[in-house]
Amino acid sequence: MKAADFDYLRPSSLAEALTCLSQNVGVAQPLAGGQSLMPMMNFRVATPEVLIDLADIPDLRGVTELDGMLRIGAMTTYRDLTRITDRVPLLGLALPHIAHDAIRNRGTIGGSVALADPAAEMPALLLALGGVIELAGPDGQREVAADDFFQGYYATDRAEDELIVAIRLAVAKPGDSFGFYELTQRHGDYALAGVAIAHAPDLRIAFFGISDRPIRLPELEAALTAGTDPGPALDQIEFEGDLKASAATRRHYARVVLDRALAGMTS
Amino acid sequence: MKTKDISVIVNGEEVRASVPVRRNLVDFLRTDAGLTGSHVGCEHGVCGACTVEVNGATVRGCLMLAVQADGATVTTVEGFAASGRSAALAAAFTRRNALQCGFCTPGMLASALGYIDRGGTADRAAIREHISGNYCRCTGYQSIVEAICDVIEERTAP
Repeated sequence: MKAADFDYLRPSSLAEALTCLSQNVGVAQPLAGGQSLMPMMNFRVATPEVLIDLADIPDLRGVTELDGMLRIGAMTTYRDLTRITDRVPLLGLALPHIAHDAIRNRGTIGGSVALADPAAEMPALLLALGGVIELAGPDGQREVAADDFFQGYYATDRAEDELIVAIRLAVAKPGDSFGFYELTQRHGDYALAGVAIAHAPDLRIAFFGISDRPIRLPELEAALTAGTDPGPALDQIEFEGDLKASAATRRHYARVVLDRALAGMTS
Repeated sequence: MKTKDISVIVNGEEVRASVPVRRNLVDFLRTDAGLTGSHVGCEHGVCGACTVEVNGATVRGCLMLAVQADGATVTTVEGFAASGRSAALAAAFTRRNALQCGFCTPGMLASALGYIDRGGTADRAAIREHISGNYCRCTGYQSIVEAICDVIEERTAP
């Protein structure tokens, strides 16, 4: 199908974009790379009256490094993220799993985080790395820890009149190690179950594709840190079932991806 | 219906048009530019039949609006053929029988060129992964992978 009709705005500054957004609260949708939004519009699952294209906003672009942190502009594409995988090795592990080359050329980190698909890689990666999301709105800028940002199916802490400006991730230090694994029906599909792991130096484990949001389990991280069985902690997850996999299957997959990711940790 | 005037360089020639803002890039190429080589398949970014090059990077023509391509440089399968860039690949596809109905072929060529021209190696697993976003319902991929391998091996032969 084709997208329903809409108004197309293309602001050239962050301030202008925020004005466009606040004047159209409830009917506007920011357009980043469009690699999830466009299919949703073509299916008419999404029917925004106003589309605000973020392509021309310099404040949303570029990667800077300061005090051991990378500040990644929200409009940075997956293709451009491949340039910083030496400093964020978990990105290097996760990126090849995201869709396909042609989609990675346009899809953005900010778009994925804003959409918060529970089966997407970037939200889980942010959780595992303890990332920070920088937001701008009519009342100024604020930042939210990834732990507090993802709130359910396609639901985040971002207000409708706010835009994600940048994502902050810690640069890996010597001795840090990372793991990533996901199960899909075909290469590039959304995960049936997946996990991103950072041991830097605390152990942070974020599952995706198994529940209504990417999730960390303190009990699981504590069990693995102590060297005890992580099984009981996994049983606390409210697994989601769908046409592709039942909740029980996902419970099984969660253990599979955890064991495989742990076995393949970088050194 | 909302419309916008755009100018896109398509295969080296400027195309100016007033397009509905909801029109996606591949429909613009087929309808406004008259280039029907790029095919419309699933319209949700899964099948790869609409794959074209925008500013040197392969993209899905159904996941980009024509208005987003205003000022951009687009190359389609017609452009690859006219410049000779796809000549060796097209010959290898013919030789290897890497197409039957041909519906996926323009997108397959665009994706394969994206792999070959960025220095991809004749690693069959890597090629399969690269073209995993392009569906072929006829050949079963083996012959397509062989054709892409042929071109890389021809280029790297001493």
